Amino acid sequence: MSLDEMNAEDGSIRRPYARVAEWLTTVSSEQLERRRVEAELFYRRGGITFAVYGDAQGEERIIPYDIIPRILSTQEWAKLSMGLEQRVKALNAYLRDIYGPQEILKAGIVPPDLVWRNPAFRPEMCGIEAPHGVHIHIAGVDVVRVDAENFYVLEDNARTPSGVSYMLGGREISIRLMPELFRSHRVAPVENYPNELLATLQSVAPRGANGEPTIALLTPGQYNSAFYEHSFLADAMGVELVEGYDLFVRDDMVFMRTTEGPKRVDVIYRRIDDDFIDPLVFRPDSALGVPGLYGAYAAGNVTIANAMGTGAADDKVIYTFVPDFVRFYLGEEPILKNVDTWRCRDAADLRYVLDHLNELVVKEVHGSGGYGMLVGPHATKQECADFAERLKAHPDNYVAQPTLALSTCPTFVSNGVAPRHVDLRPFVLTGADGVRIVPGGLTRVALREGSLVVNSSQGGGTKDTWVIEC
Amino acid sequence: MLSRTAASLFWFSRYVERADYLARVLEAAMRLSSLPIRREDAENEWASALATAGCLDDFTALYDRVSPAKVTRFLAFSKRNPTSIRNCLRIARRNARQVRTALTAEMWDTINSAWLELQKLDFDNMDVSAMARFLEWVKEVSLRIDGSGYRTMLRNDAYWFARLGIFLERADNTARILDVKYHVLLPENVEVGGGLDYSQWAAILRAVSALTAYHHVYHESLKPLRIADLMLLNAKMPRSLASCYGAICANLDSLAEAYGKQGEAQRLARGMRNRLENCRIEQIFESGLHEFCETAIKDNSHLGAVISEQYLV
Repeated sequence: MSLDEMNAEDGSIRRPYARVAEWLTTVSSEQLERRRVEAELFYRRGGITFAVYGDAQGEERIIPYDIIPRILSTQEWAKLSMGLEQRVKALNAYLRDIYGPQEILKAGIVPPDLVWRNPAFRPEMCGIEAPHGVHIHIAGVDVVRVDAENFYVLEDNARTPSGVSYMLGGREISIRLMPELFRSHRVAPVENYPNELLATLQSVAPRGANGEPTIALLTPGQYNSAFYEHSFLADAMGVELVEGYDLFVRDDMVFMRTTEGPKRVDVIYRRIDDDFIDPLVFRPDSALGVPGLYGAYAAGNVTIANAMGTGAADDKVIYTFVPDFVRFYLGEEPILKNVDTWRCRDAADLRYVLDHLNELVVKEVHGSGGYGMLVGPHATKQECADFAERLKAHPDNYVAQPTLALSTCPTFVSNGVAPRHVDLRPFVLTGADGVRIVPGGLTRVALREGSLVVNSSQGGGTKDTWVIEC
Repeated sequence: MLSRTAASLFWFSRYVERADYLARVLEAAMRLSSLPIRREDAENEWASALATAGCLDDFTALYDRVSPAKVTRFLAFSKRNPTSIRNCLRIARRNARQVRTALTAEMWDTINSAWLELQKLDFDNMDVSAMARFLEWVKEVSLRIDGSGYRTMLRNDAYWFARLGIFLERADNTARILDVKYHVLLPENVEVGGGLDYSQWAAILRAVSALTAYHHVYHESLKPLRIADLMLLNAKMPRSLASCYGAICANLDSLAEAYGKQGEAQRLARGMRNRLENCRIEQIFESGLHEFCETAIKDNSHLGAVISEQYLV
């Protein structure tokens, strides 16, 4: 059925997993369990936690970590990373275009209403040139495998993608808890991610910034689900972790309040959403943002990463056009494939989707985190019927995809080692000086048997991802 | 350094220090109330424990009568008391989490482990000996945080703000104990040789861990004047007002030097230190111990506001 990344269909072991397969025959469940407990302790003691919104009792939870690594060969990675670079270049080109000359609309490739009526499109950004032409500095592109040859993109995350601290935390655990296994592979390093991120952010400082640019990471605060990651990254980069209140704007310049008085800020890596970033321009009730920040950006005095309005490039309908972006802007054939997607806004597609609801995964165009979706094959008749009503009422809101047979990886579960479905989120950094991708990314694993939903908010776990020469 | 970071470090320390202080106050009250005293006196003891903790009003707003169990619960872990020991540690941890990268791994580990430990405690079924163990544990936590900060933090502004929090809070606590207990130290209440007086005085000293220190410093039996002297003016006693202000000045001076700028906070703190240095305990008794303590509490909180104005907002 689906590809198992360790056990090939003919009963042999796929090459990247040769040593792990051997190792698995030598460790007992007790040993694996002990390591799992130690890994959990590492997360718990480190306060490496996340919050689930709307969950009263679990203010801070840890994401389950599976200690069996997910492995890719350098050849597989080389192709994937080329594809990622190409894709993110095209997404940046698209944003430069729709907030600028809008040639893709003139060419009739994207229906204009998909741009204008997109709630994530920010008319305020039109005519403002992003510093160094970069809109998406940090992208998290979710990819899956269904066969040994191809990676499919499931989703582009161009707003404030998170998860990189779990990639780094997982690596730390591999090195600590399984030194023998780790050393027997030549695993490409990911530890330099904060360095690469810092270099990326420095490269996009406004041209007027003098000397070494001052960078700050803007967080909504410690009740945000990804706060640990914010504080971790700020620390690893040696930059200040600021909240809206710590910043203020004077004469279109951004300053932070310090114990020695105001200090000018050149680049803001923001981890708060567009809506909340500047109450003067976006949501007026936002207490998280900084009044005047948009003005400072428009004046070219500060770089905001990611730029505002990048959500116009990553919703689930625009997704279906990304291969066209690659062809239109880069004149290349896309290296990474898209999953076949039905746009329910098109009458023919809607009819097909309604007829095949029990085979499809239906997603909200602007949804995320695995919320508000229907997994047809796992839904009851009643759920399908209810969903059909919603679909008919707001077809624009939905797209549908076939239920993919996501690849599986060996995973330690209560009754031993068993295959579980995985995806992969590599992080793609784009600066004025080019694209940087550390080899690997965050592998998410659906811990429940048969489940295809890997989101941490829905009971998914993570794995360390190794790119090895083999 | 971000003003908010400085503020979080400052309050982190203050809340840990306050938790420690509350544990001492409770221990002292538990000890006193186990002595053979009249019931009204025992009730007074518990009421004055609330007063020294600065939450008598909060308590009476919720309960009609003072009882040992209620006070203990209220000070130790009531969720309705914003500054119960449990809430102090919770707030301290929240502040620490806010600035965890400004803390050393050892400090973070200590406060975070303490907070995790706190979740496991069964507060509803805590008998007297479990309570005693809990209070002991709280003091240990504060020692570990204090010690790990002292041993592992870089000597820069982060350290100085954290230390400032400790000493400002400690000065407040010492002044408060005396303010509530001043009457047992006044001459008209002193019945010579009363064992109960001795216990009362000893309890005051215990609450600031200075009973043994007293004997080392004065080589004589407990006398009210000396007790007040030790707690207010003796710079050798680490919880005395004089000693706290010495430390407050030193940390403020380090900040001023690093930032190249003196300010109102430095001037104010120096003024208070000088007053304490140039004062004799007899004078304080003449002009009124109670008034002196009241003024000290007010000045101390004013200094807190000035520090906040100068650095933390």
